[in-house]
Amino acid sequence: MDWFKRKKGISSSEKKVIPDGLWVKCDNCGEIIYRPELQKRMFVCGKCDFHFRVSCKEYIQYYFDPDSFKEFGKSIKPSDPLKFKDSKKYTDRLKAAQKATGLNDAVITGEATIEGQPVVAAVMDFFFIGGSMGSVVGEKISRAIERARQKQIPLIIVSASGGARMMEGALSLMQLAKTSAKLAQLSDEGIPYISILTDPTTGGTTASFAMLGDINIAEPGALIGFAGQRVIKQTIGQDLPEGFQRAEFVLEHGFLDMIVSRQEMRSTLSRILKLLQPSENKKTKKKTSTQSQSRGESNEKPIVKKETNSTSTENKKLPHESKT
Amino acid sequence: MIKKTFRQILDFEKPVVELQKKIIEMEEYARETGVDLSDDINRLKKKVDSLRKEIYSKLTPWDRVRLARHADRPYTLDYIERITSEFIELHGDRYFADDPAMVTGIGQIEEHRVVIIGQQKGRDVKENLHRNFGMSNPEGYRKALRVMKLGAKFNLPILTFIDTPGAYPGIGAEERGQAEAIARNLFEMSHLPVPIIVTIIGEGASGGALGIGVGDVVLMLENCWYSVISPEGCAAILWKDNSKAPVAAEAMKLTAPDLLKLKVIDKIIPEPPGGAHWDYDAAAQNLKKALLKELNQLCKIPPQELVEKRIEKYSQMGVWKEK
Repeated sequence: MDWFKRKKGISSSEKKVIPDGLWVKCDNCGEIIYRPELQKRMFVCGKCDFHFRVSCKEYIQYYFDPDSFKEFGKSIKPSDPLKFKDSKKYTDRLKAAQKATGLNDAVITGEATIEGQPVVAAVMDFFFIGGSMGSVVGEKISRAIERARQKQIPLIIVSASGGARMMEGALSLMQLAKTSAKLAQLSDEGIPYISILTDPTTGGTTASFAMLGDINIAEPGALIGFAGQRVIKQTIGQDLPEGFQRAEFVLEHGFLDMIVSRQEMRSTLSRILKLLQPSENKKTKKKTSTQSQSRGESNEKPIVKKETNSTSTENKKLPHESKT
Repeated sequence: MIKKTFRQILDFEKPVVELQKKIIEMEEYARETGVDLSDDINRLKKKVDSLRKEIYSKLTPWDRVRLARHADRPYTLDYIERITSEFIELHGDRYFADDPAMVTGIGQIEEHRVVIIGQQKGRDVKENLHRNFGMSNPEGYRKALRVMKLGAKFNLPILTFIDTPGAYPGIGAEERGQAEAIARNLFEMSHLPVPIIVTIIGEGASGGALGIGVGDVVLMLENCWYSVISPEGCAAILWKDNSKAPVAAEAMKLTAPDLLKLKVIDKIIPEPPGGAHWDYDAAAQNLKKALLKELNQLCKIPPQELVEKRIEKYSQMGVWKEK
């Protein structure tokens, strides 16, 4: 694969929407591709395997069973708590993004199936203000996590995001804590969570739910990291190594389980889900759970009577266990 | 108390510093010559108070940012020294390294045995190189988590002190999973079964701050800032101009009163006149008083309820419309 030969200067954060027109030029190898052909290939270049950035609508189509996605949380809409204005008003930016994408904010949540297996899904959209996470993204993702917990079905989050949204200030930052706290609750009940990191997944999104999957999967070549490349370059005063912060680099350093191409994603997810069936998972979990449950988290599940046996000694054992 | 030496004097501090210098001179003169100048001195002291009140009532958010970064501002270890009767620093994340930008340890405040975690800046160039200007690498967050889990094991409440210009943006930090380290802390801190009290004592920049910032109660000293990015970073991205940082600071609503309104923090801890750097002891006293109050309340709550409330607290964060 040619990922490391990517031309310098194409920082993925500057690549734009897939251009209109019948012929599309590959950002990576320059190949001119017939658009219907590219669509058939899920916007993956046939010559160099470059994965074009696509919107949440495409991801829903590619990753889940046809017509299985049933959206919820559509009524949640952004507001402007800081009355924020830079060169433009935040409310104007929101309106423009809503018009351009047809979305309320940078994530769609719903229930769907993957080769027949039910999942709760949250799919981000980079084309809505850089997929940035503000209050709405945080709330919708939290509700998706809650729904997975209520229904005891696996959760899948597809990230495509530059990070937290600056125009909501500290409230955006708090969404990192909010989504992570909800994931801790989900994890304590033994419900699988698969995180899919697409190009790009950076900043606060990576530093919260995107890195917290029981399984972390990335699309090839996706930019994944915490700090922006320009900031790092300025700080250290030298050029960045080739392939820095690309999925392959992140896999090599141990923060991804695998890199899976767009065409293989649905079948891969299906195979993983079959192996991580919540019910079986929970049986094994319960055996050890006297300790782990007594962390004191809210386990409303009535079946488990952990209060009775979570003595203080057990209580003390728990914080050691790492969950994933 | 009058402060005599300064590493840094901000423009709006100058008139006060001038008057203070005069007071010191007069006091010295009075001592040397035996002349009674107490009336004049008292008059000047009152003038200092009123002048300060006037100046500080007009401070902009950017001025607060500059106070939070003041070179004389007390840091984590200055507070630890003043509020604890015992403190033992612990080192290392047990995976890779010890991160001097993050101080962790066990200690005692009055009757409470506690775990203390705090970001530490340096006072001079040498110290700052050692402390990496208070910018943690992943090891810092992992060390913090290790020691917080120690707290959970021995049922010690956790106090964290936030003071960082951000998590370190370096190649090694990325290689070793800066994002994962922060995410893991958010995840684990949300359900540790002991009280966690977070205090912002200086700068609270983004994920680097939040990485030790999930708790039952979030306190903030008066002259601090806390947001999703630094004002400079925000200005560079949205205004395409670093020098617009003061404007960005205004827009970002990053001061303590703003954050209290947005429910990002729970309480503001007052600082001594002029800011914490004018009187370390008084600042530490205020901090200690606030911490003890929270400790006394939180220690009464059963662990399970504590965690439920904590998760509920964070579930409420944010502002959106729904119809």
